[in-house]
Amino acid sequence: MKEKINPLRKYIRNGKLPHFFCPGCGCGQILSYFLRAVDNLQLDFKKIVTIGGVGCTARIPIYLNTDSLHGVHGRTLAWATGIKLYRPDLKVVIFAGDGDLVSIGGNHFLHATRRNLDVTVIMVNNFNFAMTGGQVAPTTLFNSVTMTTPYGSKENTLDVCKLAVCAGATYVSRWSTAKPIQTIKAIKKALQHKGFSLIEILSQCPTNFGRYALKTSDTEEVLKWIENKSILKTKAKKLSEQELKDRFVLGEFIHKKRPVFQGTTFLKEEDN
Amino acid sequence: MDKNLKHKSNRVNSGIHFMLGNYAVVEGALAVGCNYFAGYPITPANEISELMSKRLPEVGGIFVQGEDELFSIYSIIGASLAGAKVMTATASAGFNYMQEGIGYASAVEAPCVIVDVQRCRGENFATQADVMQMRWGASGDYESIVLAPSTAQELFDFTILAFNLAEEFRNPVIVMSETTIALMRERVKIPEKESIEIYKRMYTSLTPEEYLPFKAKNNSPPEFAPIGEGYHNLYTLNYHNEDGTIDWDAQGYKKLYQRITGKIRENKDKICKTELCFLDDADVAIIAYGSEVRPALDAIEMARNDGIKIGMLKLITVWPIHENLIKDIAKNVGRIFAVEMNIGKYAREIERICLPFCPVSHITKNEGIIHTKEEIYKAIKEDLS
Ligand SMILES: Cc1ncc(C[n+]2csc(CCOP(=O)(O)OP(=O)(O)O)c2C)c(N)n1
Ligand SMILES: [Mg+2]
Repeated sequence: MKEKINPLRKYIRNGKLPHFFCPGCGCGQILSYFLRAVDNLQLDFKKIVTIGGVGCTARIPIYLNTDSLHGVHGRTLAWATGIKLYRPDLKVVIFAGDGDLVSIGGNHFLHATRRNLDVTVIMVNNFNFAMTGGQVAPTTLFNSVTMTTPYGSKENTLDVCKLAVCAGATYVSRWSTAKPIQTIKAIKKALQHKGFSLIEILSQCPTNFGRYALKTSDTEEVLKWIENKSILKTKAKKLSEQELKDRFVLGEFIHKKRPVFQGTTFLKEEDN
Repeated sequence: MDKNLKHKSNRVNSGIHFMLGNYAVVEGALAVGCNYFAGYPITPANEISELMSKRLPEVGGIFVQGEDELFSIYSIIGASLAGAKVMTATASAGFNYMQEGIGYASAVEAPCVIVDVQRCRGENFATQADVMQMRWGASGDYESIVLAPSTAQELFDFTILAFNLAEEFRNPVIVMSETTIALMRERVKIPEKESIEIYKRMYTSLTPEEYLPFKAKNNSPPEFAPIGEGYHNLYTLNYHNEDGTIDWDAQGYKKLYQRITGKIRENKDKICKTELCFLDDADVAIIAYGSEVRPALDAIEMARNDGIKIGMLKLITVWPIHENLIKDIAKNVGRIFAVEMNIGKYAREIERICLPFCPVSHITKNEGIIHTKEEIYKAIKEDLS
């Protein structure tokens, strides 16, 4: 019998697998969702640059057969700006953990969205700092137990999508690993969007978040927890703020046109 | 080039000017082909960003004022890996923030130029206090190239040199400026365009299938393939193989960093530049760098009038340190005076090299004010009597 090879394998750096993600981790799924979107759109892989900072999520680009930058925590959008302004013809995609993007990288996030830098950010929200062993993150829910909040977190949770919309991002949506069809569709939209696009993907981390916050390392249980707390934007509209507490609203929050950031230069035409 | 480009000015402003030191940096950068600059406001480096924001777009480049110095350093690295000739400028407090990026640029061998206009007391006071930070401010193993101008003219000349060294060795190069010279107006001669030497980064002629981004000869940088041309390079801070992929092999790690540091260490004689002043008949010698060279030269004149046979080694390249030359001088004089504007940092490095051969006296000042010639002269006299 002939061995079947995944048709997406051609997008993997040197064809080399397996990846280093834990069993049950959502990062592998997200990698595959991204490749499905790219494949579906028939994008020129040579013209895609993928960037990861530091973290589990940040390792996605090291498996992709693109030009990639990796290995410094939180600076993805600064790198991206330099590349994008110098080579506007390239598509820049960032894979960022919640910690990478809005904790250490929060300032860059605020300003890249404000400027409407033409990049796509795929933020994997696993509700914790996974790679360092399950510490509290800006996305961790109030009262959650993590490795650095043994008595429960007493900090409010950051709604990254809301923040992005307020700051000036022009495409923002939130989905989860449990919703592949919607997630792939959203990634496709983001990749075709000119301007700052953010897709937040709620993702299961059974190894750390599951074990410490949910007291289970069962992937399915963690997925169910995410799924039970998720609610579609259309349904959420009918609920009060109190009812939406600790719920994750899924859907598209903004999709509009606005001039993109070019730096100070006479090289490019003022467009849109 | 784009038809919308309004060529309002030249890259090379040939002629003789009465020019601010910070502006001389900009003119040098433009003359050598800088086309991407990012900065964040800080005194006394502001004039660099300000003039860049006006001049760079006019010659087809891109200027960005970012949200902080981390943005500055990483955005220039991003542009550099895409093929741009890049620079950022800051002052000491901002230079702190750039260390991490300098470490990354060293590890992935991204050419870039960083200007640090040193300041102290949290304001525009004169200092050379960042001299050690310029060498090893970032974590991890690496070697720095640092140039120390002492005049506005040298700010122009050494900025050009900095770009050329950065492009040749694929390493960050730091222009160690100081409040004293950055905010001073002086005569600057900008030569004709044709006479400006420009080193072009070595691009690979290999195909993406053949090319390995970190394969290089011993003590040499690899050939370059820019982002966006199908070479699918991975630039990671993690220890990487010749093909760029992350690895964990201890011997491989050692070998990579032997090359990255070796390309500077083993090419010292090519990189290091100095000026010898009155050393032919000298019994004692000053070693100085940056703006301290100026009062030191005047002090030499005073001392020579008293019959003291004194000379000076002026360091243009502060890092790597020109060890062999300093050793030779130490063998031939009875005493070395290490002159600098801080608590005595580089002086220790000079001691390390000279002490087996001759004593070293520190003439240091950390008040936020440059030495006067009288202070240096007096210190020399006292020491020799
Ligand atoms: C400057 C710096 N600070 C801290 C770290 C340690 N560190 C590694 S990964 C990480 C956080 C990862 O969390 P997140 O970005 O959410 O990614 P995840 O692993 O959860 O996907 C931290 C703090 C680092 N590598 N660099
Ligand atoms: Mg995380």
